[in-house]
Amino acid sequence: MQRERKFFEEKYGITEADLEKYLGAALSAGGEYADLYFEYQESTSISLDESLVKGATQGVSAGCGVRVLSGERTGYAYTDDLSSDKILKAAQVAAHISNGPARVSTVGLSELQLSRSLYPVVTAPTDIEIAAKLDLVLRADKAARAHDNRITQVRVGYADEVRHVLTVASDGGVTSDYQPLARISVFCLAQEGKMTQRGFSGGGGRVELKFFLEDKTPEYFAEEAARQAIVQLSAVDAPAGEMEVVLGPGWPGILLHEAIGHGLEADFNRKKTSAFSGLIGQKVASELCTVVDDGTLPSRRGSLNVDDEGTPTSQTVLIEKGVLRGYLQDKLSGRLTGASLTGNGRRESYADIPMPRMTNTFMLAGESEPEDIIRSVRRGLYAVQFGGGQVDITNGKFVFSASEAYLIEDGKVTRPVRNATLIGSGPEVLKHVSMVGHDLALDEGIGTCGKNGQTIPVGVGIPTIKIDRLTVGGTG
Amino acid sequence: MNDLQQLASDVVKTATKSGATAADCVVREGSEFSTTVRCNEIEQLKESGAKGIGLRVFLGHRTASSYTSDFSPKGIERLVSSALAAARVTSEDPCAGLPEAEHVGSHPDELGLYHDDVSRLEPSFMIDLARKTEQIAFDCDPRIRNSEGGTFDSYRGRKILATSQGFFGEYRHSTCSLSVAPIAVPETDGKAGTLGMQRDYWYSLSRSFAGLETPEQVARKAAERTLRKLGARKISTCRIPIILDQLTAGSLLQNLFEAINGDAIYRGASFLVGKLGEKVASEHVTIVDDGTMPGGFGSSPFDGEGVRSGRTVVMDRGVLTSYMLNCYAARKLGMKTTGNASRGMAGNPGIGPTNFFLQPGPHSPDEIIRSVKNGFYVTDFIGFGVNAVTGDFSRGASGMWIENGELAYPVEEVTVAGNLLEMFHGIAMVGTDLEFRGSVASPTLKISEMTVAGN
Repeated sequence: MQRERKFFEEKYGITEADLEKYLGAALSAGGEYADLYFEYQESTSISLDESLVKGATQGVSAGCGVRVLSGERTGYAYTDDLSSDKILKAAQVAAHISNGPARVSTVGLSELQLSRSLYPVVTAPTDIEIAAKLDLVLRADKAARAHDNRITQVRVGYADEVRHVLTVASDGGVTSDYQPLARISVFCLAQEGKMTQRGFSGGGGRVELKFFLEDKTPEYFAEEAARQAIVQLSAVDAPAGEMEVVLGPGWPGILLHEAIGHGLEADFNRKKTSAFSGLIGQKVASELCTVVDDGTLPSRRGSLNVDDEGTPTSQTVLIEKGVLRGYLQDKLSGRLTGASLTGNGRRESYADIPMPRMTNTFMLAGESEPEDIIRSVRRGLYAVQFGGGQVDITNGKFVFSASEAYLIEDGKVTRPVRNATLIGSGPEVLKHVSMVGHDLALDEGIGTCGKNGQTIPVGVGIPTIKIDRLTVGGTG
Repeated sequence: MNDLQQLASDVVKTATKSGATAADCVVREGSEFSTTVRCNEIEQLKESGAKGIGLRVFLGHRTASSYTSDFSPKGIERLVSSALAAARVTSEDPCAGLPEAEHVGSHPDELGLYHDDVSRLEPSFMIDLARKTEQIAFDCDPRIRNSEGGTFDSYRGRKILATSQGFFGEYRHSTCSLSVAPIAVPETDGKAGTLGMQRDYWYSLSRSFAGLETPEQVARKAAERTLRKLGARKISTCRIPIILDQLTAGSLLQNLFEAINGDAIYRGASFLVGKLGEKVASEHVTIVDDGTMPGGFGSSPFDGEGVRSGRTVVMDRGVLTSYMLNCYAARKLGMKTTGNASRGMAGNPGIGPTNFFLQPGPHSPDEIIRSVKNGFYVTDFIGFGVNAVTGDFSRGASGMWIENGELAYPVEEVTVAGNLLEMFHGIAMVGTDLEFRGSVASPTLKISEMTVAGN
């Protein structure tokens, strides 16, 4: 039996007969499909501020969500009490979305055995004593302060969690997963005279604690946050208006997440509410652009062995050499449109209805030298770090805010500029990509995406690219 | 005592018996119903209840917390032991601790936070309201061809806070909301396509069903907001007067809140550090935080630490008069808490607004628009381009171009940029139209001049 199925059986006494009973109740009013999502989550977080460890939190949450599909309708109920009568009650409530004779769910459940494990974590961070994690935040604080004596404030956060999940569907499929996740974040303030500026860095993934001891250390993130804050001290006002924009590799891939990714989520397209509706097969980007969503990258923050509906994740080509190829599917949209599943049905927790969501979204590398890309710009912006972004799916307008950017003057990177928001149109922006670098990088593993009030971990990535025309929202 | 009250007080007792020198415990319980009707068909129905316990413990001046959704004796035992284990590794912090006795208590008045009519609504009735609201929006104009649906949500909950100092408080609360997000499609050559589609929304939120606006009111406003966006264009980069409608002005106020949040102040992470008693906005600006407003979405008898709710004038005719504080930030700054401790299940209490609003002024929104020869009436901001440390502000915006005092045509894909300090100094007119659709609210505002980046 799968490890996680055993986990729920041992901890809560949930047997195969129980699972069949709950599914039976979920389909008692004639729904076409039902599934159960069991989740048990443990988490730890530590916060440091003013060189003091001011807070530490440990917690547990568990529950089960029951979903029933009937045509385009979704009925959903959940319980945080995993006793048999409460789960049965949730199943009966969700069943009411349909109104017909009871359906029989497939007799017999079969476990889907995955041949891969994208995050073969032996000891989850949550299984390690909290004292062992304390050193990470203290080290980050020390490193940030040592970076430059103009660093006046450092805040460090460490958070980890592990989820045990079990998905049981009325078509008989049973999948389970054990999902670790950890991150460090560092926020710095730098002061010089009357000027104060901030810097932020962080990262992690579905990793063991030793990732932060061997691969990406607290010092690595601390120095990056401190460096950004110091750079900002000499920043000038950002320019305003349309200009050439060069995006650096890595986190600037948030452009793809906002401008392209959300608009290609299948629910919006099935309902024809996306600016990308009906554009499959059409040219939406320059030939240099191939964009994929890939949930199968080992240890990445946005990766999953199976999505939150039990479908194995995959690599989905969204844009191939400029042509729109595919959407990100969940089971509901897949059922309604006949599309094959892509493993993008995700949810924040057992209390939430799954939706098509991104995993790790990035553009494949091109052939240009990054230096040549910058050299080709007469007057423009070179943006290397970003804060958050947002998109209006329907008209396609998106924004993302640069937290570290420089002017490019006569082919040279010159002065840093203050925070500025970049704005554009999703179906248009990539048409203006004229150069793509060979330096594809993924982000450090700190991204979180929000949709309909549900937040989930995601990844992004991009090589250095040049956009011939984008509006920069500065004041200068 | 009911069972949850008993539970909260037992958890505190167990914590202190197990070695905590002080502790407080928050217990929440709630149930939700939510339905969306899209294109006249039920799209989603969700109905459920959830509960949780959050515990904060102190070992002298060390503190830590834990949470669980497991109310069994074993779950409680683990809750207490994991909080204490975490507290052993945190730092000594002289400012950590429960509130001073003088601040502890509950506001004595009935605040009207719970209305039983919300609990009596039948699912079929709520579904019909969502359906009707969407239908009215469709009927408003043939160009409204699609929708993200009409939604009715209701929530009822209970919150209990018990502390080892002997404070015990409980209140019930309810909300319901009705919303719709129509999509308008432009017609070109008599054909409707998806190019140039626009979406907007409107909603009503109330603590009682009786206080909710009608489906007609919600749908017409949503349709009007959506239709006027059709044909939106980009404008050239310029510096012009900006008018913020109620929603966008409210979001500006949220940006301000971040900068007067006591945590940001003691960390030096705000452009308003050291500005208490100084003029930081025009004389038209008076801002109040009032946790005792009857029926307010941010009202409660006590805050997340058990401090009696009150009213704080934050800005008086442009002069910054108070920061927003919980006990920790107050001690750091040598001030008194303003009762703004916000408390989730996990972590140390944060600082949040109660009912945080800009006092209405003498001008009708029409009068404000008429006062502008050429300007930009902003109805939507997107993105997160606000830096509370420097006050730098740069956000994506859409709305209407103003020409000779009238709304002329829709604008999109531009940014509005400036600095919060300059923006608040630049508030030249304040509208009469203060309405609460959440806990942070503002009337229409006119800002003398900002940079709009476009073509």
